[in-house]
Amino acid sequence: MRGAWRSRNLLAGGAITALMVLIALVSLVWTPYGPTQIDIVHRLATPSAAHPLGTDLFGRDELSMLMAGAQSSLSVALIAVIVGAGIGVPIGAFAAARGGVPDDLVMRACDLAFAFPALLTAVMITALAGPGAINAMLAIGIFNIPVFARITRGAARGVWGREFILAARAAGRHDTAITVLHVLPNIAAVLLVQATIQFALAIVADAGLSYVGLGTQPPQPSWGRMLNDAQTFIWRAPLLAVFPGLAITFAVLGLNLLGDGLQDLLDPRVRRAR
Amino acid sequence: MLAVENLSVSLPMEGGRVPVLADVSFALARGESVGLVGESGSGKSMTALAIMGLLPPGAATSGRVLFDGRDLLAAAEPELCAIRGRRIGMVFQEPMTALNPLMSIGAQVTEPLRLHLRLGRAEAEARARRLLARVGLAQIDPHRHPHQLSGGQRQRVVIAIALACGPELLIADEPTTALDVTMQAQVLDLLGELAAEQGLALLLITHDLGVVSATAARVMVMYAGRVVEAGGTGAVFAAMAHPYTRALFAASPHEAGGRPAPIPGQVPDPQHRPPGCAFAPRCPRAQRDCVATVPVLSPLPFKGRGLGEGSACGASAASPAPSPPPSPASGRGSHVAACFHPHPAP
Repeated sequence: MRGAWRSRNLLAGGAITALMVLIALVSLVWTPYGPTQIDIVHRLATPSAAHPLGTDLFGRDELSMLMAGAQSSLSVALIAVIVGAGIGVPIGAFAAARGGVPDDLVMRACDLAFAFPALLTAVMITALAGPGAINAMLAIGIFNIPVFARITRGAARGVWGREFILAARAAGRHDTAITVLHVLPNIAAVLLVQATIQFALAIVADAGLSYVGLGTQPPQPSWGRMLNDAQTFIWRAPLLAVFPGLAITFAVLGLNLLGDGLQDLLDPRVRRAR
Repeated sequence: MLAVENLSVSLPMEGGRVPVLADVSFALARGESVGLVGESGSGKSMTALAIMGLLPPGAATSGRVLFDGRDLLAAAEPELCAIRGRRIGMVFQEPMTALNPLMSIGAQVTEPLRLHLRLGRAEAEARARRLLARVGLAQIDPHRHPHQLSGGQRQRVVIAIALACGPELLIADEPTTALDVTMQAQVLDLLGELAAEQGLALLLITHDLGVVSATAARVMVMYAGRVVEAGGTGAVFAAMAHPYTRALFAASPHEAGGRPAPIPGQVPDPQHRPPGCAFAPRCPRAQRDCVATVPVLSPLPFKGRGLGEGSACGASAASPAPSPPPSPASGRGSHVAACFHPHPAP
């Protein structure tokens, strides 16, 4: 455990991520003001004691919106990663266990999926399927599938080559049971690190989709939407663009640091070198 | 109980199929221990994998591997899964890597018990504890993980796993190679004891002739995918007929002899095996006829020894008739070798 405390990345990333999650959870039960509560009289207010981060063009409290935005951004990203991992990991594990033609087919399908620019296709999918948080989750999640399939397959292939897998086969285990009992636990670290990185990417993707109006729909606040709203008043109230921008930056930074830190912590070679 | 008949295996490699095992035949009776000896690359491990049905994908086989009358080469995967670990156990070379680093040793010993014998958790755990005690790990907490154990202790865990379900056949692939010398003797003794106690047949794969002489009743020497000499351990050690066997013996450290003499050259790459006797390029006794045809195993009719002692080294063997594959009934102890110019009996 001492290695964990020596890793500043892990500490900083973990703290930022924990704070984000905490804010998102708190926003479910409490925000300083209702995040959709309009107060036209006090629109575009600068930060003050009453509104620590000011108000937006409708007089909604910026802090409350950021908190509620954290909740919507994190949940979209979380579901997207779960969709990607939930489908991609079994596909990759299957390819690694089978090898041969099924493996080739899966990997070429992944190559094909990687040939599409992810965000643009997500825009296309939400434009076709209709805007909304659920469709945004699915659109971003679909592009996480090949990422998880490929990394699972690569890591699992490495484990399949190890002698304890041969030992498990010699003990009479079926491939499926070996995958669940022996392969997946041994690549869990790699997958966890990848999941944090994908989580960060999904937050950016969600912000992008809601910025162009295809993600989370108003009145539910979202960071991307807030950026878009702030754009009109960028000269009169520049802070309105700065705060959601900072929120996205911090969320992504925190997750990336966490991913880096986890990688160092879980990779014994790096740990020993330190 | 186990009869390997004319087993040949070839693997797909760049440039076509490459034979890795050619015409390997032997039989193993209940309670019998046989040593399989040879350098790395001689096909020892491949023989074990073929018996277990764990050959690499794409391997082509011919011949038969009869286990209690069932041909394992023709058996479907579910049937093999039911035999592996249940009726045939396997011990691996590297105790460092043969255990899952993330599972406690107790859980790993419990696994085959729950899988094959369908024992409940408590019952399996009690039995795992007894197994660990039997292999000399009574003092070790079953909740420990492999990295907390020494190499010798880990190999004992591997043995406990292999024996968990009371198999009839135990295949030990270089079980002592990765251990230090003091551990080697202990692990071998344990294997011998357990084999005798449970009446199981032991196929001991090793490159160390000393290990074989200490443990196995019969020995088979393999070179480049073929059995080149076989017979009762006593008979073979008393009169090593094949030059390879002698070279292997000379290359291993032993109490009496001086410095080990390495065998010049290397085991031929399976893709570029020489014609005729594969050992000819490294053989001090090689003559012109050695590169022409592949010598077959034939009985060694040594002076002063009864019929049934034989060599497959062609030139000296008066009768060129190849021996039939040794069967459990007739082949026991008959000394055979595959060489045209075998060493004469002392």
